[in-house]
Amino acid sequence: MNMLHTINKSPFENSTMSSCIAMCSQDSSILFIEDGVISVMKSTKFSELIENALKEFKMYVLKPDLEARGLSLNNVIEGVEIVGYDEFVDLTTEHKTVQSWL
Amino acid sequence: MSEDGVVKKFMYVNRKSPYGTIYALESLEVVLITAAFDQDVSLTFTDDGVYQLMKGQQTEGIGMKNFSSTYSALGDYEINKIFIDKESLEERGLSLSDLQELVWEDEDEDYAEKSSINLVSRAELSEIMNNQDVVLSF
Amino acid sequence: MSLEVNGKQYEVDEEGYLANLNDWDTDVANKMAEIDGAPLEENHWEVINFLREYYEEYQIAPAVRVLTKQIGKKLGKDKGNSKYLYELFPYGPAKQACKYAGLPKPTGCV
Repeated sequence: MNMLHTINKSPFENSTMSSCIAMCSQDSSILFIEDGVISVMKSTKFSELIENALKEFKMYVLKPDLEARGLSLNNVIEGVEIVGYDEFVDLTTEHKTVQSWL
Repeated sequence: MSEDGVVKKFMYVNRKSPYGTIYALESLEVVLITAAFDQDVSLTFTDDGVYQLMKGQQTEGIGMKNFSSTYSALGDYEINKIFIDKESLEERGLSLSDLQELVWEDEDEDYAEKSSINLVSRAELSEIMNNQDVVLSF
Repeated sequence: MSLEVNGKQYEVDEEGYLANLNDWDTDVANKMAEIDGAPLEENHWEVINFLREYYEEYQIAPAVRVLTKQIGKKLGKDKGNSKYLYELFPYGPAKQACKYAGLPKPTGCV
């Protein structure tokens, strides 16, 4: 496995999510945490970007951060895998490197 | 502040999602503290700030204090002008039904419960902001 | 710092507020009042219980003004005034009653 990218900012706040997707290499994965979890919700103005990117990258979202913000698990874009802290740890060890976008 | 009897119009503008940064909680605390000064206070939730009022927040998993229920106390502090930016909700695929209901009790009408929430367009918000004496952004 | 009640130690801050909300019980409240020299009576408990319920619902201790108004609504106008509340809690109704209720100092307490 190549690189794991983590995104912790809302896509409405700055361009981190778009930049990450633009620079991601094919076999990379993206994990959305903290305010980054907003990126993978259905029917936002960024949903289409995520749906298209899902064809190229694996995407994960951290469940406790969704729950904290009252974001329903049912409203997560299909194809994005909902994970807990244990899987977060697994993902970081499975990938060669981790890039934490700030 | 009101010692000379002048009541100023204060607006707090909330633009950030809760928990990811400290802004939402800080704003709420400042609002509650300054509520003691008998000013004309209103709150705006725009951009990611609309997420602060989401129903069903559960923070056990992230180990942070869930302050979402504190917004319901605003009515007790006589803060009953809450403006929600309609376009911000739409961009996020949200509607008012995804947000908490906030009410205040009208003492003059036997404590009748009235809604504090006003759904407004950005054009309307711009107008309302223009009429403030002090605008604090979080 | 700590407070000893029934042989058990409870962590408190330098002003005597309980460090952990869940540590609270009626014995802790009675002990705090005993140290301050004024044992708790039914009138005190009405306010203390109100504060605990308010905190449970809203996650904050109300400001004095809010406390006064809400007590008036719940227990009657003869109790919903500063004179009555200050007689019960001479160190300040929100401040002192919150301490006995095991809550943090009220937000906006000056």
